[in-house]
Amino acid sequence: MVTYPVFIPLIPLASFAIIVFFGKWLKEKSAWVAILASAASCVLSLRAAWTVAQGGSFHQSFNWLMINNIPLEFGIAIDPLSAVMLFVVTFIGTLIVIYSVGYMHEDPRYARFFAYLSLFLFSMLGLVLSSTLVQIYLFWELVGLCSYFLIGFWFEKKSAAEAGRKAFITNRIGDIGFFLGIVTFFYATGTVRFADIRPELIHAHAGSAVLTASALLLFCGAVGKSAQFPLHVWLPDAMEGPTPVSALIHAATMVAAGIYLVARLFPLFHAFPDVSQVIAIIGTVTALMAAFFALTQMDIKKVLAYSTISQLGYMTAALGVGGMTAGTFHLMTHAFFKALLFLGAGSVIHGSGVQDMNEMGGLRKTMPITFWTFVMATVAIAGIPPFAGFWSKDEILVRAFESGHRIIFWALVLTALMTSFYMFRLLFLTFFGKTRGHLHPHESPLVMTLPLIILAFGSALIGLPGSPWMHHWFQNFLAAGHPEEIGMNSFVVTISIATSVAGFLTAFALYVLKPELPKRFAKKYWVLYEASKNKLWIDEFYQATVIGWFKAVSKNAFVFDAEVIDRTVNEVGLKTISVSRIKNWIDQYIVDGLVNLTGWTVRKISAVLRLIQTGYIHNYLFVLLLGLLVIVFAVFNI
Amino acid sequence: MHLPILSCLVFLPLVGMILIMLVPRGRDNLIRGIATIATALVLGLTIKLLAAFDQTQSGMQFVEHAQWIRELNVFYHLGVDGISILMIFATALLGFLACVASFGITERTKEYFALYLLLETGMMGTFLSLDLFLFYIFWEVVLVPMYFLIGVWGGPRKEYAAIKFFLYTLAGSMFMLIGILALYFNHTPHTFDMIELTKNSFALYFQQLVFLALFFGFAIKVPIFPFHTWLPDAHVEAPTPISVLLAGVLLKMGTYGFFRISYPILPQAAHWFGPYMGVLAVIGIVYGGFVAFAQKDFKKMVAYSSVSHMGFVLLGLAVFTPAAMNGALLQMFNHAMITGGLFLLVGVLYDRAHTREMDAFGGVWSKMPVYGSILIFISLASLGLPGLSGFVSEFMVLMGSYPVYRWMTIASCIGILLAAAYLLYMIQRVLLGPLNPKWSRLPDINKREIFTLVPLMIFILAVGVYPKIALQYIGPSIEHLLHLLAGKIAA
Repeated sequence: MVTYPVFIPLIPLASFAIIVFFGKWLKEKSAWVAILASAASCVLSLRAAWTVAQGGSFHQSFNWLMINNIPLEFGIAIDPLSAVMLFVVTFIGTLIVIYSVGYMHEDPRYARFFAYLSLFLFSMLGLVLSSTLVQIYLFWELVGLCSYFLIGFWFEKKSAAEAGRKAFITNRIGDIGFFLGIVTFFYATGTVRFADIRPELIHAHAGSAVLTASALLLFCGAVGKSAQFPLHVWLPDAMEGPTPVSALIHAATMVAAGIYLVARLFPLFHAFPDVSQVIAIIGTVTALMAAFFALTQMDIKKVLAYSTISQLGYMTAALGVGGMTAGTFHLMTHAFFKALLFLGAGSVIHGSGVQDMNEMGGLRKTMPITFWTFVMATVAIAGIPPFAGFWSKDEILVRAFESGHRIIFWALVLTALMTSFYMFRLLFLTFFGKTRGHLHPHESPLVMTLPLIILAFGSALIGLPGSPWMHHWFQNFLAAGHPEEIGMNSFVVTISIATSVAGFLTAFALYVLKPELPKRFAKKYWVLYEASKNKLWIDEFYQATVIGWFKAVSKNAFVFDAEVIDRTVNEVGLKTISVSRIKNWIDQYIVDGLVNLTGWTVRKISAVLRLIQTGYIHNYLFVLLLGLLVIVFAVFNI
Repeated sequence: MHLPILSCLVFLPLVGMILIMLVPRGRDNLIRGIATIATALVLGLTIKLLAAFDQTQSGMQFVEHAQWIRELNVFYHLGVDGISILMIFATALLGFLACVASFGITERTKEYFALYLLLETGMMGTFLSLDLFLFYIFWEVVLVPMYFLIGVWGGPRKEYAAIKFFLYTLAGSMFMLIGILALYFNHTPHTFDMIELTKNSFALYFQQLVFLALFFGFAIKVPIFPFHTWLPDAHVEAPTPISVLLAGVLLKMGTYGFFRISYPILPQAAHWFGPYMGVLAVIGIVYGGFVAFAQKDFKKMVAYSSVSHMGFVLLGLAVFTPAAMNGALLQMFNHAMITGGLFLLVGVLYDRAHTREMDAFGGVWSKMPVYGSILIFISLASLGLPGLSGFVSEFMVLMGSYPVYRWMTIASCIGILLAAAYLLYMIQRVLLGPLNPKWSRLPDINKREIFTLVPLMIFILAVGVYPKIALQYIGPSIEHLLHLLAGKIAA
């Protein structure tokens, strides 16, 4: 029996196929195919999510491959966690596809763009619905591929092509860890099915060193995909892609796949406190570091990129300190406001033609819809109640606080402060004051602003289901009957609100009241300023070490191949020829010489002998007689 | 009448060759037609064979057995099982597609296609022979046309490449012959029959010696590190269709030899040599990848990537687990499709631009959109993108080798990273970036070229999505082989 959730990923796949094969004829209509497909997926997803909310679930599979007589299944599974992801991916996905109609307008590869978007939606939905680790790996790579294509969408630009490749390779480093994690997990537990990964299964292997290693390796995958330190370097470069792509793939959905994976394997990580500790630390470092980088960026998309890395770090940290629902909750709220921020930035770029904030300013008058929706998103990410970000951020902070990791807690608070600051800085630099460049900005068309408006409502409201006002409905839904204890902590709430407001006030003071101050600060604290602006020189460090070594090894291996191995072969060949030359000489002068010598000797001897062979009988008789006499004398010893 | 289908597969090309020899020189279209029909008939028969093949059986099917040289106990013995069937199909398919791709050959057409068909007879015979004597003859039959095809129709350094290929392989087959003769004389009664020989149990030291002798023959063909350096030279000089067959079929003759001869006849030695083969496999995978990354010549890069990818076959052979063995055999088929496709694509570009220097290109995708998309598709299969065939077989090999050689498996994973590195670097240099104005008039891939690539892409996708379509053919035979090995090794 085939149930309708199967079609959730298949419809976008069909859309991809249609556009690829008929794009030439469809042209502008390609977009409609993609929109209809994603909308249909969205409707089915909502229906599935609704069923799950009623307590239902889906699991359907077939036997895909045998590994040493253990079947590997391929199927779809929907539980509360995947239902949340389905909703986020299809809902935001549909809005972004619609938005792209305006943004990609007049691009020479318009149809291809929508084909890629459809392929991405298929892969992402396949990832979300995966029922085994192997299958999630499969789609994991496919979304990575879509990301590669879309980052390098304008591939004539060298930087875009380069960025796509960097993203793919960096991800693959993490994915090799992920892959080995799957292999080790399979041999440690005998299964890769998510349905089997329950606390009971993991507890049977408690303390297992192999499983600890496996958990860490699996986390490597998340580090790559969700751009966590030290593999975060690909995401800022990924901003070379068209802005709707940045919103969909590199902010709302694909980069959250790492978080999804960790949440999906939560029972595993939870059973190994050491591994959880590592996850929490990596998340916190990433959150803090990326927020620090975001403070000084002047490219509107780069700020948002570092913000995304930072927020993903937040989620990772949440999962590390045991906040499965908190992390997932933030994933969802973040998807809304970050998608909105990117689309808003896209609208600004589209309307003004520039991406550098040095040339912007004062856009709030010419682009009112973009401005107001952008304000909503900024307020949401800054964590000002009752907007979405506040609730999820607050829950993470509560989790961190209660887990007893004081350093992590305060680092996250500091991150929240910086987040609020750099977001308001972005808002003020872009929309307030006077236009600094020579721009002729205009508001974007309705097809772009409508998604902005819808997402703005989302950013305002999507946090409510997880708030105490709705009795933590979201958390209960996600934990499916085993809700985590959610304590309200007035201390944390106070700190949380205080940091948000402080960030806002600082930004307001620096960028609205006294715009000359930031430059002075930059000079005074130039070490910090340069460190932030140059992202701690991590890219340069990698270039000088890992990448340099890689190229050197490759080059030297080739030299070795040509100069040692092939040389040996050729030498052996040449030596064989020389040996045969010597043999030839021996043949000619020695072997043949010997033969000739024999002949010559025989000839010479016979010439001598011929002297005796006179042919006269009396000569012979004389010799005979002589011989006889010699014998007689010898015998008788005379 | 019962059709001796395997004999037809072997000798149909030969018939075609004779016909071509009868055609007067200069009638190129007729010659091409004969060759195409011959190879197409072989492909058709192979498809019929696939349909009639009993997938549940592990033993030999469609066996043909007849006495040939009574005094030496030599038989004309052909048969097909799960181990050979995919290679038969790959040979027939690539034989046909590369024939179509050979239409561009305009020089000495008659000789070219005559030799080409002789080559196909040799390849088919190698994969179908069940008698070592016959096997050896076909093995050598492959060598001669290959030598001329590279040496006459090749690139600037064709003589060097051809003689290197010929002598190197010949040196290997000399060892192989010694091994075969040793088997023959140490078996009572003296026999060349492969099936018969598997029933015997030779002493370990004897097995080791023979294994080593056969190893040289096979290893040079695969090629296994450090016997691989003839490969890049031969590939760079060979004309495109010949490169396709070289990479797609000839290399597999080496690994096929392990599956068909070394393993079943010398099981204990195979087990004993396992770790060493594993080490060579890992070196090949990683080393081949690194060297591929350093290449400037497109074709040479693909050649070195073959060294890396064939390493996975060897790794699968080195461990005696079902997943790895199935994976290794599947990898042979997949690599035939993928690398065959890559060489065809290199040829398409070379025919237009007359250079293979990757740095000389740039931005070609915008001029050749269809070509670029196909190149990316097949490159992705080569770098092991899930959903395409290369992933499945490499995944199975690694999955199967992990419990046996943990660190070797981990090291091999670097090969996966390297594949992504050199292939994406190639894509970037050739297809992406600003268009080099030199190529602003490059025509896109034509219909005939697309025709040669589409079947490969279909199999790459189909096996990647649903590996069972290929695995169902090979499963029982591999199981049988493993069973045999396990029994012998335990004894």
